[in-house]
Amino acid sequence: MIPEIGHFALALALCIALVQSVLPMLGAARGNALWMRSARSSAIAQLVFIGIAFAALMHAFVVSDFTVANVVENSHSLKPMLFKVAGTWGSHEGSLLLWVLILAAFGAGVALFGSNIPDALKARTLSVQAWISTGFLSFLLLTSNPFERVFPPPQDGNDLNPLLQDVGLAMHPPLLYFGYVGFSIVFSFAVAALIEGRVDAAWARWVRPWTLAAWMSLTAGIALGSWWAYYELGWGGWWFWDPVENVSFMPWLLGTALLHSAIVTEKRDAFKSWTILLAILTFSLSLLGTFIVRSGLLTSVHAFAVDPERGLYILGLLGVSIGGSLTLYAWRAPAMEGGGLFAPVSREAGLLINNLLLATATGTVLFGTLYPLFMEALSGDKVSVGPPFFNATFVPMMLPLVVMMGIGPFLSWKRADLKGVFQRLRFVAVLAGLAGLATWYVARGGPVLAYLSVAIAVWLLVATLREWAVRIRLFDVPMAETIRRARNLPRAAHGMTLAHAGLAIAMFGFVGSSAWKSEEIVFVQPGFVIEIAGFDVRFDGVERVGGPNYMADRGTLAVSREGEFVTTLYPERRSYPVAQSTTTESAIRSTLAGDLYASLAEPASETAADQGAWTLRILYEPLVNFIWIGAVMLVLGGGLSLSDRRLRVGAPRRASRSEPVATPAE
Amino acid sequence: MKRAMAALPILIALIFGAFFLWGLNPDRDPNAIPSVLISQSAPDFDLPAIEGIGAPGLSRQDLTGSAEPVVVNVFASWCVPCRAEHAVLTRMVERDGVRLFGINYKDKPEDARAWLENLGNPYERIGSDLNGRAGIEWGISGVPETFIVAGDGTVLYRYVGPVVGAEAEEKFATALAQARTRSGGNS
Repeated sequence: MIPEIGHFALALALCIALVQSVLPMLGAARGNALWMRSARSSAIAQLVFIGIAFAALMHAFVVSDFTVANVVENSHSLKPMLFKVAGTWGSHEGSLLLWVLILAAFGAGVALFGSNIPDALKARTLSVQAWISTGFLSFLLLTSNPFERVFPPPQDGNDLNPLLQDVGLAMHPPLLYFGYVGFSIVFSFAVAALIEGRVDAAWARWVRPWTLAAWMSLTAGIALGSWWAYYELGWGGWWFWDPVENVSFMPWLLGTALLHSAIVTEKRDAFKSWTILLAILTFSLSLLGTFIVRSGLLTSVHAFAVDPERGLYILGLLGVSIGGSLTLYAWRAPAMEGGGLFAPVSREAGLLINNLLLATATGTVLFGTLYPLFMEALSGDKVSVGPPFFNATFVPMMLPLVVMMGIGPFLSWKRADLKGVFQRLRFVAVLAGLAGLATWYVARGGPVLAYLSVAIAVWLLVATLREWAVRIRLFDVPMAETIRRARNLPRAAHGMTLAHAGLAIAMFGFVGSSAWKSEEIVFVQPGFVIEIAGFDVRFDGVERVGGPNYMADRGTLAVSREGEFVTTLYPERRSYPVAQSTTTESAIRSTLAGDLYASLAEPASETAADQGAWTLRILYEPLVNFIWIGAVMLVLGGGLSLSDRRLRVGAPRRASRSEPVATPAE
Repeated sequence: MKRAMAALPILIALIFGAFFLWGLNPDRDPNAIPSVLISQSAPDFDLPAIEGIGAPGLSRQDLTGSAEPVVVNVFASWCVPCRAEHAVLTRMVERDGVRLFGINYKDKPEDARAWLENLGNPYERIGSDLNGRAGIEWGISGVPETFIVAGDGTVLYRYVGPVVGAEAEEKFATALAQARTRSGGNS
């Protein structure tokens, strides 16, 4: 009964979405306030009904209702409760339901908290949001019903892939989707503005909190996903330039560009059509990601139920939403007037370079990701584009960007004093150079690019802190005055400092773990000692142990450094009889300086004489934990910025739409 | 100029869309690696038998001679999907009268023997490819892989991965039926 309620609620949500697609839009065109306001209740009702459907599916998973096909395929009665719950979004159907749930949540969020947004814009935005949910709800109901029953019901389920039984992964899709789908509301705002034909500073300020919220979740989602690949999959790396990773990274890159260009639109009323284009493209890339992951268009390590028919439906949705919005853009954007003028050296110019670099980087990743498809279509050749391409093209674009990030915040709007900026940064440049040299002295190996990157990361970190210190006049004035200034500084400024510093910190991790990583793949017998990065790792054999729903081969490795015992590592290889698959549980000794990482590869039993011998993979990844620390700082920085008074929900409007927004001089 | 610039994104999006539409062609498999062996003569190899199982060894000559196409399956006892595939292969032999030959890839003879005793032996002949040499000749990318070879020794079809599940079995059965009509036409 409960699954049918869920199914019915989903159908009702589709009906509501249809009404919401039309009524508020018409109301805005005719000036009918009642029709416009209907968007509020319909957006909330949509969320409620999709919420009921989601709860119904989750209930089926929690009680292990094996009359529901989705539960049979993706759950098992013996699974721990947490993973039963996570199984709700473990399949194509369930994750799509989560997708529309988040879509509806953002719509309802604007309806509930967007009280400062004018009625007409809000009505149009919510209508556009309803167009998207109409598309995806019908997709769900017509091609991927999550509530399908099976008869006769089987005794037990087929388990969730044991690889996916991990807390990090259970949280990964919701966060990633929050970011992915969160950009939908920004897209809706952009399309609504195009329909209205008006984009101004106020528009940029209304959109900003939603962009920030989506960007934060996407950042957290990507970081969690890479953390999961690193710790759980036993791949010994945190980024592989796999198509599915790339499609989540592209909206992040472009969303970052959007975050910055919207500042220019807000403060200086410029970059208007560019900001709109970025808003459309960011969500388009999210949609593209959904399409690529679910259509099996490209070959990837991330498997999903692949079905060409579903792919065709999503492509149709993509055609309507991306094609429609870009056509609207082509029609309306030329009429948009450019705002304030600026000199070649100014904050605007700095942000322009930031945007150009980020957009080019996105284009490069997009091209590299789709190149195999293009090649196959044009010449029939099968090629694959791997990390070397992305490292060779993406990294050189990011380094100048990071250099600019150090300078940008020192530049003032309209016209900046380059000489003054250089004077302030002279000391930072010297420090960065020294840091690069010191790294070279200590490491004595690795590519030149690595020293350069360390120097640039130090540059960004120190420049960011210096800019913050200048603002609060740290050590310049008595401490009490500094604290007062820090308190008066907008939270957005603190947020920027934290996020930029976070990127610098993460860069140490990127560079350290790629340039100075050591790796040994060895064939060992008990008693064998492996030397790596100053550690001695002794292999003490493998024993068989049992777990709740698996059997494991557990290796014992005694780690010591210069004769002193450090720790014992227990890497495992687990086999799950029900799901008929094996997973690798790496053992990691994690410190701030670096991770010692061991995984059991295969029993190397070629001949009987080698019984007890295994292939071991041991890695040392210096500084790798800085990546996650940096990612946390990025997210917190975004959060601080989001809590800025200027954006706070219900904060009094500072300026009416007709006048440019007054911003305090900085 | 401004108008042209504003229309640029939609033009690029349309081009991308055309490629995606092409890419959705259901016959296209992005994971398929084209085999250089298809329509080529099967490689020369001569493998000894696994001791104590009763089935003789396998060489290229054993594949040719009959009018009917034969199936060559590369398997190993350490390969988990092979275990699942074993049932499908056995069914093919018993129900459809397929002539099945095995290449036991990089497997200890005693493990292979235990595996076959446990699950049954559907193979007419099995060659033990202990050092993986024949595997290289056949250009396999992993285990299991299954080939259809015509009576004249031409490789007609290659399936990478286990022939398990309705879709895979359907694909393989179609390829086998085609191979049979082809040989029927020839003889």
